[in-house]
Amino acid sequence: MTYDEHTKVQPVTTGDSLPEVRPEITSTSQVMSGAEILLRSLEAEGVKIIFGHPGGAVIKVYDEMHRINPEFQHILVRHEQGGTHAAEGYAKATGKVGTVLVTSGPGATNTVTGIADAYMDSVPIVVFTGQVPTGLIGNDAFQECDAVGITRSITKHSYLVRDIEDLARTVKEAYHIARTGRPGPVLVDLPKDVLLAEGPFQYPETVNMRGYAVPEAVRPEKLQRAARMIAESKRPLLYVGGGAVNSDASDSLTELARYTGIPVTTTLHGLGAFPEEDPLALRMLGMHGTWWANQAVQHCDLIIAVGARFDDRVTGKLDSWAPHAKVIHIEIDQSCISKNVFADCAILGDVKTVLERLIPLVDPKDTTEWLEQIDTWRQECPLQYQKDGKLRAQSVIEQLRDKTGGDAVVITDVGQHQMWSAQYFRFLHPRTHITSGGLGTMGFGMPAAMGAAFGMREIGSSRPVVCISGDGGFVMNAQEMSVAAAHKLPLKLAVINNRFLGMVRQWQELFHMERYSHTDLSDTNPDFVKLAEAHHCVGLRANTPEEAKEIIDEAWKVTDRPVLMEFSVAKEEMVFPMVPAGAATGDMITDRMTPNSFV
Amino acid sequence: MADTLILTPQQIIRKKAAGEPIQPDDSEMIQSHTIVVQVENSIGAFIRVINMFSARDFNIDSVTVGVTEDPSVSRMNIVTTGNGRIIAQVLRQLSRLVDTIEVIDLTDTDYVERELCLLKVCYNRDSRSEILSVNEIFRGKVVDITSKTMTFELRGPSKKIDAFIDMMASHKIVEVARSGRVAMQRDS
Repeated sequence: MTYDEHTKVQPVTTGDSLPEVRPEITSTSQVMSGAEILLRSLEAEGVKIIFGHPGGAVIKVYDEMHRINPEFQHILVRHEQGGTHAAEGYAKATGKVGTVLVTSGPGATNTVTGIADAYMDSVPIVVFTGQVPTGLIGNDAFQECDAVGITRSITKHSYLVRDIEDLARTVKEAYHIARTGRPGPVLVDLPKDVLLAEGPFQYPETVNMRGYAVPEAVRPEKLQRAARMIAESKRPLLYVGGGAVNSDASDSLTELARYTGIPVTTTLHGLGAFPEEDPLALRMLGMHGTWWANQAVQHCDLIIAVGARFDDRVTGKLDSWAPHAKVIHIEIDQSCISKNVFADCAILGDVKTVLERLIPLVDPKDTTEWLEQIDTWRQECPLQYQKDGKLRAQSVIEQLRDKTGGDAVVITDVGQHQMWSAQYFRFLHPRTHITSGGLGTMGFGMPAAMGAAFGMREIGSSRPVVCISGDGGFVMNAQEMSVAAAHKLPLKLAVINNRFLGMVRQWQELFHMERYSHTDLSDTNPDFVKLAEAHHCVGLRANTPEEAKEIIDEAWKVTDRPVLMEFSVAKEEMVFPMVPAGAATGDMITDRMTPNSFV
Repeated sequence: MADTLILTPQQIIRKKAAGEPIQPDDSEMIQSHTIVVQVENSIGAFIRVINMFSARDFNIDSVTVGVTEDPSVSRMNIVTTGNGRIIAQVLRQLSRLVDTIEVIDLTDTDYVERELCLLKVCYNRDSRSEILSVNEIFRGKVVDITSKTMTFELRGPSKKIDAFIDMMASHKIVEVARSGRVAMQRDS
């Protein structure tokens, strides 16, 4: 490789290393390695951070990274799955595309869970995987796997780059696809010979894909029809999902709800899209939603679904869900429309754009009677837990809320603590609740929180990043703690330790005659305080409500590294209310006394 | 792909609640559909389409693929079965793939369809003339003959080929090769 014509020698700054050469980017295309084209493309795409792990197939990329020192930060994660979740956390906290770089074979397969998670939850990430040289593909070469094939049904799109000439265009398309429409993961597989080859670099300014179009024009007659349906309804309900957050539609949604007086219930991913302290907020609906939100669903005469997909955890038994309601469905992904629930009026388009255009067409409604009815349900069965002086998960979450005033980015793992966080934290702002909903990936929380913290640092936000995990899920990706420590991220890691796989235990107690098959973790859990300390973090433990308050106060004083707070809670606690899987939404278990009728 | 094609359980409940009569709706009827999908001409695009069917548990009765008048575009003819709701989902999921350029359900349109079939059957002195007369009725061609077997070539709509195979079934069929359906809309 020669750099004679367009390089300059950088001054040597460290030890006895060789002088570094750094080609300048000029407007005219210049010849460089595939690996450098990749890095330059990422720079051109405005990437600020990538999460990666090196290996043989991508060693050239890491070599070029060392040489040219690109304008983005590379975070060396300790497991590729952690990398993908970190990219998801970053993407969800900032609204930007997360980037992952891993090697071939096991590097690629380790990203699979994160990619599937991003696919289910519509998170924009681009995953670059190394691949064996094109000549060896199919030969069962060392660290070879069919990454594109393995991930085909869990990516929005994927590429195998066979020619260096296609590389820059592919990167451009990958980011475009990940970011636009309903966001999702894109995988780009990079054979080693393509990374080693040399070619001209010019980053394309536009994409041209005849098969990919984002719905833009909203059909006015559909808006008119929706406005008419809203005007005619007596008991309307806004049902808001993650699409409203992805489309940054919170303000428009809040305006619509307050202007018309329509109450709002949110899905797990919709939390934060509408301030939960607003009198119109009914909190979360569905399996572990509030009694009053689910009652509102069962009695409403109009559901306005906003960026939501009628997931089975929301609807339960489909044929008895919202039996009196007509449905308006505002959605960017055509495949979500009438997939589970028939839409009387489907409006295909960007949620924010649709809401902005709908607001001028609607009038304030008198929903007093309807809201009073909902308030009755609210009094009937409030969210509550036993306050008997023992430390309980719900009180830990309330204490964390009080400590932050509700203004924190909360990342949760998967299980009971996830539902309690959704029920008790009260989310006020979009992008402040990040969780694994669709795939339900245990081990998501810690690395995603790390990614979110990098995102907060990048956008200069002082919002604290709080990760709430269970003891089961936390250990699944605990290794990333040392990465967070190395980068001095002031993460607050709350581990709600009930020494059980609590949600499975809950189902075993309710539906499997208390046969606690392989859910007791008391013999295999690590010492979480020592685990934190071994990863250069601070570890704290609380067994009582008083100690909980103390360690939370103490944790907030630490600003130069992550703090793990272990809260030792009772194993018997269950998440209520609950709609058993497959049951009708009207049939909620509201406490421990009622479950047997649903077994 | 109109919304009105679909009748969900929820909609049926609503109709019942409103006291509306519930007709055995077209959308609830299982029906065979012929779908033409124009995709990027690459093996990846083809597999992505097929993979979508398998990942989402949709049915494929037959599939053919070949390059079109534009060498960068492949045309897939897919025959699938389902009720209105499932077919609407199939069409939406197909359209959503990045590599699909155009998706058309030909079923309720005016279109021509053809399939090619090769059929090898055993014969003897007794059955020979009957086999040949069946072939004549279906206007097939004898493309190979040995002392024990005859091989026929038959072209036509899939139903005609079904009927031909049915008629031959009373003899000893050795092998059947069917091409899968190709279809094209008539010009109006």
